[in-house]
Amino acid sequence: MKMMMFSTRTLKEIIRDPISLFFGLAFPIIILLLMTLINQNVPNDLFNINSLTPGIAVFGLSFMTLFSAQMIAKDRFSDFLTRLYTTPMTAYDFILGYTLPLIPMALVQVIICYAVSIMLGMTFTLHILFAIITILPVAILFNGIGLLCGSIFNEKAVAGICGALLTNLTAWFSGTWFSLELVGGWFEKIANVLPFVHAVDMGRAVIDGDYANIFPHIWWVVGYGLGISLLAVYTFQKNMKNS
Amino acid sequence: MIAIEVKNVTKTYGDKKALNDVSLIVKKGEVFSLLGVNGAGKSTLIKILSGLEKLTSGQAFIFGYDVMKQTDRVKHYIAVSPQETAIAPNLTVEENLELMAGVHNFSKKERAQKVREIIDTFSLTPLQKQRSKTLSGGWKRRLSIAMALISEPDILFLDEPTLGLDILARRELWNVVKGLKGNITIILTTHYLEEAESLSDRVCILKQGELKALGTAEELIAQTSTLSFEEAFASLVEEVNL
Repeated sequence: MKMMMFSTRTLKEIIRDPISLFFGLAFPIIILLLMTLINQNVPNDLFNINSLTPGIAVFGLSFMTLFSAQMIAKDRFSDFLTRLYTTPMTAYDFILGYTLPLIPMALVQVIICYAVSIMLGMTFTLHILFAIITILPVAILFNGIGLLCGSIFNEKAVAGICGALLTNLTAWFSGTWFSLELVGGWFEKIANVLPFVHAVDMGRAVIDGDYANIFPHIWWVVGYGLGISLLAVYTFQKNMKNS
Repeated sequence: MIAIEVKNVTKTYGDKKALNDVSLIVKKGEVFSLLGVNGAGKSTLIKILSGLEKLTSGQAFIFGYDVMKQTDRVKHYIAVSPQETAIAPNLTVEENLELMAGVHNFSKKERAQKVREIIDTFSLTPLQKQRSKTLSGGWKRRLSIAMALISEPDILFLDEPTLGLDILARRELWNVVKGLKGNITIILTTHYLEEAESLSDRVCILKQGELKALGTAEELIAQTSTLSFEEAFASLVEEVNL
């Protein structure tokens, strides 16, 4: 009950924030439309919709991290959490209350992303449904980063780290906008030890129906997701004890 | 009946003593003010009593329950209205109140009833569907106190409830506190001496973590042979610096 009440609050806070809605839903769609337009006007198939959409889906989720981290940081510094710490709410209620509502939101975001892609020419297949399901570990990863950053940094720092740094890291190191193999060298090596390119490659493999190629990408995403989520839970609980 | 008992409480942060051997008792139904200049230890004491901070030595009890060892029991008796307004900005007034009733595990029916009652008590009806971030400072504070009271606590901690409010909004909140007097125990921290004098049954003056004086406003005036509460406060706080 306590957790559900708190989850509802998290959901309402995010969906009632017009900036969250713009960056969470409209912005990825605008980019998708722009890239498709560019693709129509260049001779080679630079931004093929089948290859582009899984990347945009992952990129869009990076904004979810920003909203989640900002809300947690704001709650910490506005004393809202101080108030709630004196109620019977447990660490479990807080953590699930902050993270659970973001999962359906992530799914809605990805569904809209694929729906727009279908309107732009992507062929509807069952693979799209699997691609939507396989976005779940990616959503958990970005959720974990949000909980971690919100538990450590203040609102200003969160805006810089999640708003600028993370979204750029996701964009540059995911292989969405250009081929990482083409750049090669240290850039490719760094990209390959980060989870973003694996999240995108996993989505591309599913869309292509090449399910064997989900591996090992899914392990990278799940590994990072679990590791960061555990670290975030530990940090949040530590904060709660030291409040 | 004793609501709060503080026994030789000391709190240190590194070498600095935020509270030094503080002992006091607050009776049920009292409005008890904690006064002192910045860094006196008021907020630290409130944090310890509400289970948000661990004490270094000594003991503190809420209705006989140890705040360190029985924090979960203590939470059923207390509510805090922090210095910052501490509300969910994108939720309406009604939703903020419902959230607080929900996190205290009230059923849907009980929640609806409590929200209705507290909205009436705090005259929030015209604003109940308004998002709380759009409220004025005074109404935000009023909502903040209403949120703390929805769980019907026995002890309410009010940390600087009128800070930054204009005189009219402050007086309105004084009336709210006066209305609560006798029903619940209120621990109030404030920088406004006239607020403490007007609202409190007893006042505790802290200076650099130490308890300097405790009594009614009249007792403190008599104790310091001064003519007003403000002079009494200044005399008690300045004495230490001599």
